[in-house]
Formats: sequence, C-alpha cells, structure tokens
Amino acid sequence: MKLTLRVWRQQNADAPGAMVTYEVDGVSKDMSFLEMLDTLNEDLILRGEEPVAFDHDCREGICGACSLVINGDAHGPERTTTCQLHMRSFTDGDTIDVEPWRAAAFPVVKDLVVDRSAFDRIIQAGGYITAPTGSAPEAHATAVPKADADHAFEHAECIGCGACVAACPNGSAMLFTSAKVNHLNVLPQGAPERETRVLDMVATMDDEGFGGCTLTGECATACPKGIPLPSIAAMNREWLRAVRKGPRRP
Amino acid sequence: MPINISRIMSWTFRDLRPYLRGMALATRTGRRPSITRTLWDSSVGKKTVMAVSGLIMLAYLVVHMLGNLKVFFGPEELNAYGHWLRHMGEPFLHSHWGLWAARIVLIVSVVAHAVSAYQLSRRDLKARPVAYAHKRRRAGYATRTMRWGGIIVGLFIVWHILDLTTLTVNERAWEGHPYQNLLATFSTWYGNTIYIVAMAAVALHVRHGFWSAAQTLGAGNARRDKTLKFLAHALALVLFAGFVSVPVGVMTGVVS
Repeated sequence: MKLTLRVWRQQNADAPGAMVTYEVDGVSKDMSFLEMLDTLNEDLILRGEEPVAFDHDCREGICGACSLVINGDAHGPERTTTCQLHMRSFTDGDTIDVEPWRAAAFPVVKDLVVDRSAFDRIIQAGGYITAPTGSAPEAHATAVPKADADHAFEHAECIGCGACVAACPNGSAMLFTSAKVNHLNVLPQGAPERETRVLDMVATMDDEGFGGCTLTGECATACPKGIPLPSIAAMNREWLRAVRKGPRRP
Repeated sequence: MPINISRIMSWTFRDLRPYLRGMALATRTGRRPSITRTLWDSSVGKKTVMAVSGLIMLAYLVVHMLGNLKVFFGPEELNAYGHWLRHMGEPFLHSHWGLWAARIVLIVSVVAHAVSAYQLSRRDLKARPVAYAHKRRRAGYATRTMRWGGIIVGLFIVWHILDLTTLTVNERAWEGHPYQNLLATFSTWYGNTIYIVAMAAVALHVRHGFWSAAQTLGAGNARRDKTLKFLAHALALVLFAGFVSVPVGVMTGVVS
C-alpha cells in the first residue's frame, strides 16, 4: 500500500504547528496504524529529518497511552484504540489526516503528543477509595450484587485515553469523569466518599478547563472501551444527590 | 485545679484541625458553599438550571398550543378565552394578577435559560480553541442547531409579543380581540414565514432539549432511553403541528 499522510507537526507547546504531507510506501495491510507511523519515522530518520512524536505504550489496546485523531475520528474509523487499528481499514492511495487530541485542557507537547495530566488531577480529586492497607481482605467479606458488580466493571474498563474529550465538540471530560464516578459510587467500597467524590471530581473537571456536556453523544461513539452515554446521566444524578444531601466531610 | 490534658489536647487539635485537613486533602475542604452557589458555579449545576427552566417553558408551550386550537371554534370562543386569561383567578386575584404571575415565571425562566446557555457556551468554545483540520459533521441537526435555534426562538418571542401582546407591529391592533389580530398577522406573507420558521426552530430545540434535560436531571438510563427519545420526538411533532395549524388554517381559509 502507498499512502499520503497529512500529519500535524509542532516543535513544542509554544511553537506554531501545521499539517505536513508525507508519502509512505510499502505499508502492509496487517500493520497497525502505529507500525505504519514507525515506518514513516524510519524513513524520516534515514533522511535526517525529525521523526513524528506520538504517544504509545502497550500496543495491546489496554493502557490508554495512544491517541491520534485520524480523518477526524478519535482512534480512527474502527471502534478501538489506534494501536489496534489495522491498515486493512484503509485502501491503497488513501490520504489520511493525523492530528493530536484537540482540547484546551490537553495542550500539545510536541507533534501528536498532548499533555493529559488534567485527567490525573481529576482522578486525584476523587478517583480512589479508602481501604485498609495490608494483606488482601477475604473476597466474600463484602457482598456486591451481580448487577452492581457488572455496572462497576463496565465503567472500570475506561483506560483514560481521552478519546471522549477529543471527540467532543466542547472538549468535555464528562464521559471520563462519569466512568470513574459510576465505577466507584455503585460499590460498597466506594460508599464513604460517594458524595465528595462526585462533587470534587466534577469541580476539578471544571477547573481544568474542560467544556460542558451538550449530549451530542460523540464521546460514547468514540470510546474504544464502550463506556455508554447514559453514564453521564447517572453521574448527573449522583451529583444532584450529593448537592442535595451535602458532602460528608471529615 | 487539676490539669485536664485531654481537654487541652482537644482544644489544640480543634484549632489545628483546618490546617491538618488542608494538608491531608489539598482540594476543596473547609466551609461548604450554599446549594445555590454550588449549582451556579458548576457546569453540571448550570445545566440543571437550563433543564428546569427549559421544562417550565416546555410545559407552558404545551398549554399555549392547546389554547391556540380554540381558533378553530370561532372568534367568540378564542376571544372569550383571551378574556379569561386576563381575569384568571378572579375574584380572589385582582384582574391581570394571574396573568402576570405566569409572565413572571416565564420571564425568570427565559432569563435563567439564556444566561446559563450563554455562560456554558462560552466555556464550551473556550475548551476547544483549535478546530480539527479534517472536518466532519458532528452530532445530529437538532443538536448542532441548539445555540442558533435558541437565538432564533428568542428573537421570535420579542416579535411575537410586539405582534400579539402589545400589538405594536400588528396591522389590525384591536385590543381584546386576539382572533381578529392573529387573522391580520397570518394574512401577511412575513407573518406566516416568521411564525413557521420559528416553530420549526422550537420543534428542533425541544427535540434535543427535552431528552437532554432528562439526562441532566439524571432521569436517563439505558432502559428508559427509547421512551425519552420517543417523548422528545412526540413533543416536538405535536407542538409543531399544533402551532403551525393556526397559520395554515388561515392560509387555507378554514379560519377566517
């Protein structure tokens, strides 16, 4: 396969960036999108040019490090992570636009790499439980209804990649935040911080400069882990409940 | 006098508590702000204000539309209904008090809805300062037109009040005779055009707005989603059909 890539190049956070066109030859249909970019980078290095910077880690679709908006879609045309997107989803001679996540809260560090530490700060605000440390507790000590366990697990699947923010026309982090709130608020282990968690995480989300939710549904469509859109309504419900009841502070 | 160590300790710790707490949890401790403050300062809270004010206006629209249908039963019935609206609640309430109570609720709703929409929109636009080079349609038509549709509806309300409440721009302007006045409006091409375009905007706004309000208020879940979407579509369609039936009735001569 021979492809034309239009890639966002930006030296650093303060430098202006632009879309730069590259030709990539010898692309196999079995390559992942990142392997295709590796091929481009090998070429660039041989020509003495600076390789394209992009985030990646496990390349198994479970770590949430890879990103990239491909032809306007976060993680590209398939509902998976960029590392699990294969070149068989494209055809010979295609022109592919590759851009970084775009959001005020995710500033570009270099080329296609953005700073997603705003997500870490949202997690720090409430994405934890108070649990005694030490040896693991007896697994059956706390009974969790099957439906609740399933609900928690569905939301625990979030890998924090930020595709929801990238896809949202408002750069909103509601789906990400709701994944963690749903995951922990439904479990007995998360109950002590049930109110403070949702209040603090939503407040931090606002402080970090993410936009609000207009329920376009773009986030849930882009999510490689299938976090569903109703999770946002569930978080709103938790938030209103916490405001009504008042947080239980120490 | 015996020295009560634990008492002194508890005083000391009481004084230190805010500082200790500040160290333990770096964020958001201390005095809790009021519920109003929490609502207004949060993007989720401001959406709640939008949802509640939107639902109030939606309920009003349904009542307004049903009242309009009296036009099909002749001038006496509609004009008598108009007369009743001005004297709602009498003799307990003074004339026009009932009407003004409804108007005040609506004015507060419109202002709350518009101010939160403006502030939330500014936040949203600021959160996405750089657009993607690869353009692609995002979300459905009703969703994408919420902001401009809202502005169109807002401008229409001003026109509508000048036309049929204050009668400033009405060609007939016969006070106390809404039937004759609306006949005058819907006998002009611009009266019909403005009205029908605005009702289309209202219908689109309600279609996304009703479902969104349900999500914001936490009423949405996977099981209920189909019902809520159906209700949103039904409300939009019924409102559009009900409102537009009046100018169409005048144009076709059913109402004359």
